[in-house]
Parts: sequence; structure tokens; C-alpha cells
Amino acid sequence: MTDLAAKGLTIGKRLLGIDAQIERGKITAICGPNGAGKSSLLTALAGLIALDSGLVTIGGTNIAAMHPRTRAQRIGYLPQDGNLAWDVAVRSLVALGRMPHGDGIVAPVDRAMKALDLEHLAARPVSKLSGGERARALLARVLAGEPEWMLADEPLAALDIGHQLTLLRHLRRVAEDGKGVVLVVHDLPLAMNHADHVMVLDKGKLIASGTPDHALAERVIANVWGVTAKWIGEQRARALITK
Amino acid sequence: MKRPLLLLLILIAIAFPLSLLAGRVWLDFAATPNAAVILAELRLPRSVLALVIGAGLGAAGAAMQGYLRNPLADPGLFGIAPMAALGAVASFWFGYSASAWLLPMFALIGAGAGMALLALIAGRTGGIALFTLAGLMIASLAGTLTSLAISMAPNAFAMSEIVTWLMGALTDRSWREVWIAAPLTIAGIGCLQMTGKGLDALTLGDAAARSLGMRPGILQAWLIVGVGLTVGSGVAVAGIVGFVGLIVPHLVRPFTDRLPSQLILPSALAGALLVLVADSVVRILPLVTELRLGIALSLIGAPFFLWLLLRMRRGYSGGLA
Repeated sequence: MTDLAAKGLTIGKRLLGIDAQIERGKITAICGPNGAGKSSLLTALAGLIALDSGLVTIGGTNIAAMHPRTRAQRIGYLPQDGNLAWDVAVRSLVALGRMPHGDGIVAPVDRAMKALDLEHLAARPVSKLSGGERARALLARVLAGEPEWMLADEPLAALDIGHQLTLLRHLRRVAEDGKGVVLVVHDLPLAMNHADHVMVLDKGKLIASGTPDHALAERVIANVWGVTAKWIGEQRARALITK
Repeated sequence: MKRPLLLLLILIAIAFPLSLLAGRVWLDFAATPNAAVILAELRLPRSVLALVIGAGLGAAGAAMQGYLRNPLADPGLFGIAPMAALGAVASFWFGYSASAWLLPMFALIGAGAGMALLALIAGRTGGIALFTLAGLMIASLAGTLTSLAISMAPNAFAMSEIVTWLMGALTDRSWREVWIAAPLTIAGIGCLQMTGKGLDALTLGDAAARSLGMRPGILQAWLIVGVGLTVGSGVAVAGIVGFVGLIVPHLVRPFTDRLPSQLILPSALAGALLVLVADSVVRILPLVTELRLGIALSLIGAPFFLWLLLRMRRGYSGGLA
């Protein structure tokens, strides 16, 4: 199992000695209040930010020592800001995902387009897509690179509940294919119901890590978010009631 | 990309022979005295030079807009053109401009100094913001020093020469200028082509581009050398010819899939066509003295820029940003 592991990750005051072990085949959610260091952790795990100390490894190999192209082949990253500089067609956008491979092979692009139901939108400029279509197109770009790890920063944030669930179904399929999926998630019920593993950050520190029930326990929510809340409902269909 | 390239090549193939005939005197091989000499020694090098300079400026503009993710970017932003102009002005100031090779050499040294400064200030980080600020600072410094040189010109003739040269023109250029500019421009366009994939990745933003394996330092190095060679050699032989790098990528973009890599070569061809046509038009305008090419292109470019701004205000940015 080529786990993604973080050891003593420190970046200024944003991340303070984070240790983590993230498994493939699962959806891992990173949660925390604003300014907790979630995006910093994700970009550090993707190898896109300079660390003051610590290291990130995949299967024991330090990603900082990898060639950028090799790292890009193994880790796909979807930033929170999905703005594109140019109004490219959906297929051109998705094909950018093959860049780390430099092979121009179209089959993975076709598969990603099909997986996210984008085939009929191939020639459409991104500016003409709805929010849901656009989120799918951006995700397909990462899928086309067929990375072992998919790291996405709040991919569900701007979507309505229907599109959120559609995207989560796609991400579940990616995880079931044996890939690692790591998401920054603001919405705690989404993390509780759809993640296999949750990491809770606060002020740059890892406060809790484990199953959603453990990491998002009511006492953790009270300590980290300062909110008195109660989970109700069945497992995988929980709602959060705040007082 | 193939279709716009083909279309532009056809247009150039039509415009080029016409540009050879166009001028204050329309060449008529049966009636014009020394028509063959005029063609071989005046019109042909001038038209070839127009193609070379336009190609360099067009390609540099496309690469700059891709790099800065901004449809309003122009090669002049890097400060390389003003530095090349400063080098040329120095040759006038010291009285070396009469020498056939010294003026372009001074300009190329200026462009080289601009590239080196840019690399020195911004090169290590690969950061776009620092790079842009460094370019603006260099452009500002070069502009100030050029103004200083003009104000302290040793005599009125030198001052007049400097001011006229800065306006940019292809008047009386010979094969010598072609041999200076062509190899450097071709090499520069080659360097800019090397930036294509990195610029495509930057469409997604800096972090996503790096996640795709784009190396900011290497991309920036190709860009500095590419813009330095194309713009520097252009300024060295023709003075400041503005707006080509701004206008051309906009004209070409709708005919491509809008990825920067698909824009560089078509922009080179469209830039070549624009400068060729503009230079032909300034030759045939019924004016007492020939309108300077740089002025003519600015007269077209400035309204175009305003139109672009108005269009952006209505929601079109050339991209999505």
C-alpha cells in the first residue's frame, strides 16, 4: 500500500508539526474552521509549497526529491480557485490533465470525459457551462492524468446539494478504483456522511484524526468550532443540529 | 491551429508581393528606372524585415499574455524593449550611430542587460508578480534614462536623431538589418515555442500548473530569452514598434482553441502580416514625409486598446479571469 504520509509538517504558523498517514482506496476529508491550515496542508501534501520542516512521502519516497513531472504523474491537485485564464473548450481543459505524461494519449481523456458525463459538452467553452458542469470538467482534468492520489481543495463548495452528491459519487468511484482521495471539506455533515477518514485541524495543529464518528465527535466540534452541536440520524445519513 | 496557420500563410503570400510593389513610386518593371535595384536593395529587405519584426512581436505578445494570464499584456511590459531603445539611444549619444553595426549592437546589448536584470531580480523565485514588477521597474528606469539622454543630448542633431529613431520605422533598412534581426528572431520564436506547454498549464492558475509538473523557473527562463531575442532584435533594427504584441493575439485567439501554445505561431504569422501591411500603407499614404511605422501602429493600437477595455467592461476579458 503506497500511503501518503506527512511527518512533522511545519510551515510558519500555518502548519505546526502535522503527522498524518493517509490510505489509498479511501476518501479522506480535511476539516477545520477558517484559517485552520486546511489548504496549506493540502498543498503541502501535493508538494506545491515549501516546507520549513518535515516531509511528505508516498510509499516511503520523499515527494520533494521527486522530479516535478513524476510527482505530477502520481498526485493530481484540484485548487479551490477554478478560474481559468482563457475560455478553452471542455475537451482541451480535460486534456491538460495528460500534461505530466507528455504522451498525448487520448484514451484517458475519453475515459475521464465519459466518467463525468462530459462527452456531449466536449466542444463547449468553459464559460458556457453551469456550475455543476464546470466542477465536473475541472475534476475530469485531474482524472485524465490518472494519478494515484487526487487532492481537491473544497471541490464541493460552490455546488448545490444535487451536484455535490453527483461529484461525491464520482469521487467514491475513484477511491474504489484504489486511488487515494483527499478533500478539504467545510460542510461537516458531508464529511461525516461521505468520508472514510477525517482529519480536523485548528490553528495549524492536527486536533483529531480517524473515522468520521471519532474525528467529528460533538466534543471536537465544540472545542474546535466553538459550537454546541448534536448529530442526529443514521450512520452515513447524519445531520448536524446546532444549538 | 493548422487552419489559421494556412490562412495566414496565404494572406502573407498575397500581401508580400504587393508590398514589394507599393511605395511612393509603384514599381512598374516596364516603366520604373532601376526597378530591379529598387526591388532588390530597398523593397525586398524592407518587406522581409517587416515580416521578421512583426513575427517576433506577435509571438512575444502571445507568450506574454499567456504567461501573465492577461489579455492586456504586451511585450513592452518586461522592460526589454525600453532597455534595447536605451542601448540604441546611447549609441546616438556617443556618436556611434553612423556605424552600420554599432547601433543595433548597442540596442542588443541593452536588450541583453534588460534580460539579465530581469533574470537577476525575478528569476530565482519564478514568481509572476515579482517578475511583472521587475519588468515595470526596468521599463521605467530605461524610459527615464532615455529621457535623460534626450534632454542632455550633445547637440540638436543628435536629439532629433534620437527622437526620430525612437518612433520606429523600416525606412531605408537594408539586408544588413535583416541578417541581424532574422536569426535572433527565429531563435527567439523557438524559445517562445518551448514555453507553450507551461503556458497552457498556467491557464489553470499557478498552483494547478505546478501540480501538472510545470517548472516556473525554467518557463521564466525560456520566456526571458524568447522575448529578449524577438523584441530586442526588433528594436535594434527598427526602433520602438508598439501595440503589435497586444493586438495580434486578440485577432488570432478566436480562430484557435485559446490555449496559449496554440497561439504563438499563428500570432507570429499574424504579427508579420500586420507589420507588412502597416509598413506598406505608410509608404503609399500621400504625405509630405513618410508616416513613421511606430506612429501608424500606435494610431491603430491605441483605439484598439480602448475598444478592448470597453469590451472587458461589458464582461468579456478574452478569457475567464
